[in-house]
Amino acid sequence: MTNIHKVEVKDEWFKPKEKGLEKVETVVRPSLSYWADAWRRLQKNKLAMIGLFFLIFLGVAAILIPMLSPHSVTGTDLPNQNKAPSMQHWFGTDELGRDVFTRTWYGARISLFVGLMAAIIDVTIGIIYGGISGYKGGKVDLVMMRIIEILYGLPHLLVVILLLVVMEPSLTTIIVALTITGWVGMARIVRGQVLQIKNYEFVTASKSFGAGTSRIIRKNLLPNTMGPIIVQMTLTVPSAIFSEAFLSFLGLGIQAPYASWGVMANDALPVILSGDWWRLFFPALFIAITMFAFNVLGDGLQDALDPKLRG
Amino acid sequence: MVKYIIQRFLMMIVTILIIATLTFFLMHAIPGSPLDSDRTTNPAIQENLEKFYKLDQPLSSQYVSYLKSIITFDFGPSIKKPNETVNSLISRGFPISFELGMVTILVAVISGVILGTLAALRHNGVVDYLAMTFAVVGISLPNFILATLVIKVFAGELGWFPAATWQSPMHMVLPTLALATGPMAIIARLTRASMLEVLTQDYIKMAKAKGLKPWKIIIRYALRNAMMPVVTIMGTMLASILTGTFVIEKIFAIPGMGKYFVESINNRDYPVIMGTTVFYSTFLVVMLFLVDIVYGILDPRIKLHKKEGDAS
Repeated sequence: MTNIHKVEVKDEWFKPKEKGLEKVETVVRPSLSYWADAWRRLQKNKLAMIGLFFLIFLGVAAILIPMLSPHSVTGTDLPNQNKAPSMQHWFGTDELGRDVFTRTWYGARISLFVGLMAAIIDVTIGIIYGGISGYKGGKVDLVMMRIIEILYGLPHLLVVILLLVVMEPSLTTIIVALTITGWVGMARIVRGQVLQIKNYEFVTASKSFGAGTSRIIRKNLLPNTMGPIIVQMTLTVPSAIFSEAFLSFLGLGIQAPYASWGVMANDALPVILSGDWWRLFFPALFIAITMFAFNVLGDGLQDALDPKLRG
Repeated sequence: MVKYIIQRFLMMIVTILIIATLTFFLMHAIPGSPLDSDRTTNPAIQENLEKFYKLDQPLSSQYVSYLKSIITFDFGPSIKKPNETVNSLISRGFPISFELGMVTILVAVISGVILGTLAALRHNGVVDYLAMTFAVVGISLPNFILATLVIKVFAGELGWFPAATWQSPMHMVLPTLALATGPMAIIARLTRASMLEVLTQDYIKMAKAKGLKPWKIIIRYALRNAMMPVVTIMGTMLASILTGTFVIEKIFAIPGMGKYFVESINNRDYPVIMGTTVFYSTFLVVMLFLVDIVYGILDPRIKLHKKEGDAS
C-alpha cells in the first residue's frame, strides 16, 4: 500500500516538456524479432542451455566416436568377456567381449535417429492435418476431429507393440509404428493454434489483399504457431527415444548384433546382481541424461517462446 | 450432461471396435499360419487343429465369430501354452497387475500432490528447488532403468527388500517404487504449477482475510482447485502405468498379466496377444471414459456438452 499523504508535489513536474522531434524518434534499444528475443531469453536459462549444448555434443559424438573408435560395434572378442572398465575398454565389455563404449555411442546414433525422425514425421503430418482442420473449420473440422478423438483414445503403445509383432523388426518399422499414432498430439496443438489465430486482424487484412488459402496458412498461420510446435517437438523426441528403449527392452526393437540403449539395457538385465554393473549403467546413464537434456530444453523453450512472458 | 455421456459412450464403443478390428486384421496379415512349426505335422492333425482354432473358415465368418467372442468375453485357447486359455491367463494375472497398478497410482498421486503442494508453498525456496530437481530426474529416468537400479541398491547391496516375485507387502515395495516415481514426478510438477496459480486467486486472499488457518485454506480451497489438472492427466497416466507394468513385471518376475503379455509377444502366441491387447485396450478406454465423467462432475465450470477444442 502506498502512502498517499506523504507524496511531495514538486514544481518541476509542471514545467513544459522540451521539444525536439529527433529525440522522440530515437529508439531506446534495438528492436528484437520474436526469435531473437526468444533466443535471448533461452540463453538466460542456464539449465536449458546446458541441455542444448549436451545434445549438440551428443549428436556430434554419436557420429564421430563409432567411426574413430579402435573397437567395432559388432566385433566380438571372446577372451575379453565381461571385463570391467579399463584403459582399453573405457566402459568395459559385454558377454561377447564387445566394447561397451563404442556400442553406447552407436546406440546414441540409433536413439537420436529414431527420436528425430519420429518428431519430423509427426510434425509434418500434424501441421498438414491440424492446419487444414483448423483453417477449414465447420464440417471438415468436425469430421477430422472425430477421427483424431478416436485415434487419441487408442492405447498408443499397445498399437505400436501390435504393429511390431506383425511387421519385420527393423529401424524403419519402429519409426513407422511410432509415427502412425504419434502425430495425433501434434495435429491437435496445431489445430488449436490455427483456430485461434485465423480470426486475428492481420489474417483478415491478408485475406482482403486477395491472399489464397495456402498463402495464408504458410505466411500467416504457420509462423505464428511455430512456438508451441517447437516445444511439442522437444517433448516428442525424448518420448520417441523412451519408446524405442522400452520396445527394445521388450525384445521388439532393433535386432542383434546392432545396439540401441534399450537393447543393451535388456541384455544386461540378467547380470546386474552378479556385479557387472557397467553393462547396464552406461546405456542407462545415457538414456537418463538425454531424456533430462530434452526435458530441460523443452521447459526452457516453453518459457522462452511464450509471447505472454516476453519482457 | 446426459447427451455428452451418451456421445462419449458411443465413441468408446467405436474405439473398442476399431482396436478389435485392427488387431484381427493385423494378426491375419502375418505370413503363414500361427500353427506353422518346424516339424512337419500330419495333414489330418493339421486339419483338426485348423478346425479347432477355426482357421479353416473364410475370413469374414472368422471375423464375425471373433467379434462374438469379444462380446461374450471368450478369447479362446492359447496356442503355445497347453491347457491354458486367454481367459485363464487374464483371470490369473489381472488381479495381480491390477493390485500393482492401484498401489502405484495411490502412491504416485498422494506423494506427488504433497510434494507439489510443499514446493508451491515454499516457492523458490530450498524445498521447491529439491522437489523440482527430483521431479525432472524422475521424469527422465525410464521405469525399467529405475527398476534395475532399485533392485541393485535395495535388494542387492542393502538387502532390505526381496528382489522378485509378489507374495507379501514387502515384495510390493520395490516394484511400486520403480513404477510410481515417474508418474509421481509428473503429478508433483503439475500440482506445483496449478497450486502457484490458485494461490494468487482472490478467494484465497478472501479466505486469508477471514482469518482461516493456513492448512485449512490449503486443503479446503487451494488443493481442491489445484487438483483439476491432475485429474485431467489421470487417463494418460493410467495408460503409462499399465504399459509400465509390462516391464516391471518382467524385471521383478511378478506373475501378472504384463508378464504373460510380454511372454506371448516373445513366443508369438497370437491368440494370447490378440486377447490381451483387446482386453487392455478395452480396460483403458473404459477408464478414460470414467475419468472424463468424473472430471465433469468435479469441476462444475466445465460444461461437458461443449465441443472439445473450443476452449483452446
